[in-house]
Amino acid sequence: MLLVFEQLLNGLQLGVTLFLLSAGLTLIFGIMQVINLAHGSFYMIGAYVAATVTAYTGSFLLGLAVALPVTALIGMLVEMSMLRRLYHKEHVDQVLATFGLIMFFNELTRIIWGRQPLFMDVPAWLSGSIELIPGIPYPTYRLAVIGVGLLVALFLYLMFAYTRIGMQIRAGASNREMAAALGINIKRLYTLVFGLGTLLAGLAGVMAGPILAVEAGMGESILILTFVVIVIGGIGSVRGAFVGALLVGMVDTLGRAFLPLFFRLVFPAATADGAAASIASMLIYLLMAAILIWRPRGLLPAHS
Amino acid sequence: MLKVEGIETFYGSSQALFGVSLQIGDGEVVTLLGRNGMGKSTTVKSIMGITPVSSGRMSFNNIDIHPLPSYAIARLGIGLVPEGRQIFPNLTVRENILVAAANRGGRKEPYTVEEVLEIFPRLAERLNHYGDQLSGGEQQMLAVVRALMTNPKLMILDEATEGLAPLVRKEIWHGLSVLKGRGQAILVIDKNLDALMKLADRHYIMEKGQVVWSGETAAIAANEKLKARYLGV
Repeated sequence: MLLVFEQLLNGLQLGVTLFLLSAGLTLIFGIMQVINLAHGSFYMIGAYVAATVTAYTGSFLLGLAVALPVTALIGMLVEMSMLRRLYHKEHVDQVLATFGLIMFFNELTRIIWGRQPLFMDVPAWLSGSIELIPGIPYPTYRLAVIGVGLLVALFLYLMFAYTRIGMQIRAGASNREMAAALGINIKRLYTLVFGLGTLLAGLAGVMAGPILAVEAGMGESILILTFVVIVIGGIGSVRGAFVGALLVGMVDTLGRAFLPLFFRLVFPAATADGAAASIASMLIYLLMAAILIWRPRGLLPAHS
Repeated sequence: MLKVEGIETFYGSSQALFGVSLQIGDGEVVTLLGRNGMGKSTTVKSIMGITPVSSGRMSFNNIDIHPLPSYAIARLGIGLVPEGRQIFPNLTVRENILVAAANRGGRKEPYTVEEVLEIFPRLAERLNHYGDQLSGGEQQMLAVVRALMTNPKLMILDEATEGLAPLVRKEIWHGLSVLKGRGQAILVIDKNLDALMKLADRHYIMEKGQVVWSGETAAIAANEKLKARYLGV
């Protein structure tokens, strides 16, 4: 029972981290039709900036406060200087260009911060654990990550449903020519969307900083999961990204935790552990394939 | 208000407009007439900055609008009801109305939501429906209302009643006549000559990417040869 509860919370925590990344990616992909392989780089930039500022000032909040606008600003500069030229190009051009960005940012972080990973401490006021259920403590920081992810989901929902800018983003996604003919500055809107997407990726990086090592290339491994999330949820759909992220987070975490236990009921321990590890790493892809067979446009596709 | 002088527009290497000129004054209702494929929609798209113009001059209230981007032209006070309506299907009727609501460089007294819904009361009952849940007629009414909410000094309708049922057409023409009564300048394209004659002050007839005739309603009404030659009536 203890293990199940703990793994559920771990799954939720991975899910909301994935949501922060996938919300931005699905917005950029769904609205601007750009495949941005470099999305994970902004996750990395957020983590590096926060780790550096936190190390210098001793304040995690200051690290967060600096990392978010810096990541958004770099994202907007990349959009204005490079991606804007790729909107009307083939997807393969976008993939090549944004793959180039990954290499550029990885090398840049190595030049600036060196090859050794940085480690961020959990802030003192978020260290320790909380007993959500008596006798079952859970790290406060991980609960904070879950809280931040859920707050961002609520913020995005309110923004898209109830604000003029949210409507304009959805209108631009549906028909950019018509939106422009109604006076909406699509170029500026795209820059803002890209900035918002990269800010969310940066936030995910900051939140992951104290849990993982901050190192060059940290964005690539999670980027694959992020793409799985947006395909499962439905490309362009923030609601879909939320559901897909939680699903992937849960399946991945629970699979890795419990498959070995199930397999040990049938196979010898060594075989069971080896097979379970392999299958657990495939689970989310099997999940994606099953969902796409059932719903080819994902679970909650953007309204079209 | 709108002055178009000798514009030429190409699609690739194919020329679509050959020196088109037209003018629309304050509060005037003007039509662009002609058979299909004669350049009417291209003229509208050229005015709106959707299709790039290669030469000629266009100004709106003495401000050069060539080669401004589409959104900047709209913000000067030109509202577009495009061919095919192009309602945002992923937005509700209320959101379609509000998405571009603006009080920019347009009319001194901007339209309010209540005011535009009075023109087409049917939409008021469907505010929470998505754009793609509306009938063709309702979509066209919404397209008109959406354009009005951008607070235009000039409204352009490309194929105002195409593909609509007779009763719905009547509602649209009635709505446009209400707007005319309020001093709204309108440039309209449609095939319903009778309705256009009742509504409009002046007309331009296009053929093969050129304006071949322009004049007032009385002149066109009395000229059967003209109607037969250019309009197929």
